[in-house]
Amino acid sequence: MADEIATAEPSTTTNTETLDKVVIRFAGDSGDGMQVAGSRFTDASALFGNDLATLPSFPAEIRAPAGTLPGVSSFQVQIADFDILTAGDSPDCLVAMNPAALKKNLKDLQQGGTLVLNTDAFDERNLAKAGYETDPLEDGTLDGYRVIKVPMDDLTKEAVKDTGVSGRSVLRSKNFFALGLLAWLFHRPTQPTIDWAQKKFARTPEVAAANVAAFQAGYTFGEATEAAKITFEIKPAALRPGTYTNVNGNTALAWGLIAASKLSGLPLFYGTYPITPASDILHELARHKNFGVRTFQAEDEIAGVGSAIGAAFAGSLAVTGSSGPGIALKSEAISLAFTMELPLIVINVQRGGPSTGLPTKPEQSDLLFSLYGRHGESPIPVLAIASPSDAFELTIEAARIAIKYMTPVLLLSDNQVANGSEPWMLPDVNALESIDVQFAEHPNGPNGTFLPYMRDIDTFARPWAVPGTAGLEHRIGGLEKEAITGNVSYDPANHQLMTDSRAWKVANIVNDIPDLEVAGDEDAELLVLGWGSTFGSIRAAARRVRLAGGKVATLHLRHLNPMPQNLGEILHRYEKILIPELNTGQLRKVIRAEFLVDAKGLNKVAGEPFKISEITEKIEEMTK
Amino acid sequence: MTAPSYTRADFQTDQEVRWCPGCGDYTILASVQQFLAGLGRPREEFVFVSGIGCAARFPYYMNTFGMHSIHGRAPAIASGIVASRPDLSVWVITGDGDALSIGGNHLIHALRRNVDMKILLFNNQIYGLTKGQYSPTSEAGKTTKSSPYGSIDYPFNPVSLALGAEATFVARTLDMDRNHTQGLLQAAYEHEGSAFIEIYQNCNVFNDKAFIQLTGKEERVHNRIDLEMGKPIVFDGGAKAVVMRDGQATVVDSSTVDPKAILVHDPTRPDPAIAFALSRLSHGPYGPTPLGIFRDVSRPTYEGQMHAQIDAAKEKNGEGDLARLIASQGTWTVKDPSSNGG
Repeated sequence: MADEIATAEPSTTTNTETLDKVVIRFAGDSGDGMQVAGSRFTDASALFGNDLATLPSFPAEIRAPAGTLPGVSSFQVQIADFDILTAGDSPDCLVAMNPAALKKNLKDLQQGGTLVLNTDAFDERNLAKAGYETDPLEDGTLDGYRVIKVPMDDLTKEAVKDTGVSGRSVLRSKNFFALGLLAWLFHRPTQPTIDWAQKKFARTPEVAAANVAAFQAGYTFGEATEAAKITFEIKPAALRPGTYTNVNGNTALAWGLIAASKLSGLPLFYGTYPITPASDILHELARHKNFGVRTFQAEDEIAGVGSAIGAAFAGSLAVTGSSGPGIALKSEAISLAFTMELPLIVINVQRGGPSTGLPTKPEQSDLLFSLYGRHGESPIPVLAIASPSDAFELTIEAARIAIKYMTPVLLLSDNQVANGSEPWMLPDVNALESIDVQFAEHPNGPNGTFLPYMRDIDTFARPWAVPGTAGLEHRIGGLEKEAITGNVSYDPANHQLMTDSRAWKVANIVNDIPDLEVAGDEDAELLVLGWGSTFGSIRAAARRVRLAGGKVATLHLRHLNPMPQNLGEILHRYEKILIPELNTGQLRKVIRAEFLVDAKGLNKVAGEPFKISEITEKIEEMTK
Repeated sequence: MTAPSYTRADFQTDQEVRWCPGCGDYTILASVQQFLAGLGRPREEFVFVSGIGCAARFPYYMNTFGMHSIHGRAPAIASGIVASRPDLSVWVITGDGDALSIGGNHLIHALRRNVDMKILLFNNQIYGLTKGQYSPTSEAGKTTKSSPYGSIDYPFNPVSLALGAEATFVARTLDMDRNHTQGLLQAAYEHEGSAFIEIYQNCNVFNDKAFIQLTGKEERVHNRIDLEMGKPIVFDGGAKAVVMRDGQATVVDSSTVDPKAILVHDPTRPDPAIAFALSRLSHGPYGPTPLGIFRDVSRPTYEGQMHAQIDAAKEKNGEGDLARLIASQGTWTVKDPSSNGG
């Protein structure tokens, strides 16, 4: 069965057009399985060899009222035969499983784009729920688009009738029907999806069978009815030679933690409390206990970081993770880890704020909070992940800094990095540099005493002496510690010295940070500076400007504290500086304060990433 | 390796102990140091973790590994230590404000999970380090700086709370009764899992004689109920006894009941109901108050189960292989176009 479909040639009366890239958005009710459909389409494309980038978008509610606008969930993917940087601004093809999905997404569809509609969902009730007064299928709303109308409910029912599913389960397979149709329309390989469904639903064979049947029915429907006059193919991308996988940021980050555990030889301890969008890191780690991973789902955010601090003291690679509101709760404990000088990784997968804000949407509004959001003088290293595939490497970097310098490190991700995915060229794990860990083994002071705050002459780090080591019994705590001995001290000069020493230690990390390299036109007038998940949009915008004959340079920060040594020198080379951020201007404020340059901002807090066009327009405006 | 031979001095640090003269904490410190010296276990295997408050200075005075952390969080920090290193002996030193107010959540969760830590709650029924505000165990109506018209807070009974959280080991003792304290420390040490000991501790500056009914020469004869395994619960020289009546533990004159009706103490009962009933005999040290072990039952420890899962996963799937992990979601290969076919 599967083979028949997989090898079926497109109908000869349908023309095939070759595209270099296409943007597709699956949209439906949050119960319609659009995230699954999108991910399957993505994985099939990845295995086919396209470059790609994804942007899931879903409501914060698990099941918002069916058929309503707030209940719409969508998944956008761009696939291409070249290296792309974002999930694309506006879809070329939109799948709308109901009127609400159409209403919410149609405005984004390219003029002349392809629209795949489930006509069975366009009844009076659903039209009313979506706020349509007249039927958009008939009132001219869809003029100018290539519309493929499909009665998906009926066709899915027919397709799964012999598979053993019944009742409400029947229509659950309609996402696979839509996926099958899209597989035909875009010449996707079918076997990966069939394999996935069979493995995923192995315990409920009737569900597996229904999904496969619906998928095949969707594909056959396209082929047999010549549902579209033109189908599209997108050739594999000429990526750098290597072995690739498609990965999202949360997964790559979790793997980075496991890798850091291997590279350091330290057991991984992850203390956390469930919160969107960070929870998937916990889910991923909890699956891999055979790596010795200890996951601790704590009673609250504070216990999450508290347990990690305990684990760090006890000699683990200690990590806590959360999102903005949870990090706020951890703030006091992070300062404790800072003053006790214990290695700790704190992950903040940012989302829209303040407070509960927009839990499922991307935003970069915790930068100042990360840099400064602690009581007392508590400067800690801050790193920001640039893209899903960057998460693995930067997480290892965070562990390396934490251990080498005996300090908490804040690792910033955001919802776009966490849930977006892209191809990642797998590194040779045997070539990854090991992380040097030196536990103190012997007393380091006179007469066999142990001095827990005797600093290393190069790194200023204090020794890591774990319980169980004879002769190294010592006490640390939140009270100010006397330099060298670590005993409680209220001496004014000592507090000055210790405050300075901690700050020097963190500032000194700059020596480990590679110099930044400007991308694009070094001699441009304008430099676009970014950090975090805006990497792709900024680079894509610059590429577009340069293709159109403009000149622009870009620079991206992954180290936010300390910042690379040559940043100031680079900034002063450019006449104009633009800093696009998904906040109201947080990096701009820091850059202006630190480097006295007149940086301009492009700022957006709309619960969505930048469109490339928003950045290109700003660049053009500033360079005209 | 032979067991090290220690004296109390081996567990003392060179740091000057800075509690108020006459504080009950001195006695508890001496009891703990003496107890640990007697165990003969290497000193480096002990970790003392505290939060904030007078009691929380305790780790600085113990020549072991130690951490003076932040307010209320010691059980959470200790959970991370125990989960990472089940081979250590981990002790939490806390007070009534630290454990029951700001840190109440961590306390109950550590107890329900049965993480192997020994929690010593120094209950002086007052905030000492912030100079005399009422605490979550202060008696209702107590006049303090922050309650000049009397406290309107209903107090916690720490033993009831711990039993309510289904702690597997719950006991109560008195700071100045060093023998009794050390007996409970021994029992807690031998218990596998979390152990909770409430220690009535006198604050002679802000709440002096709060426990006079259990410590006064006259008063203690009438009020101290010693809970002893397998023995009928009688006190006041045998004049009073405890019976279960209408589902409650009740004090009666021994002469008025059949001796067989007197409750025989058994902390190993799986159900915590009778232990809870005993904890309700007094709500604070007012009138007849039980001391001793309320509950001592066996339940798998958190860290034991955590490591069992890890071992089972390694057994089943083999030691983690990083290269396999990162390729586990499916891969594809882009060939070098210059390499001829390959």
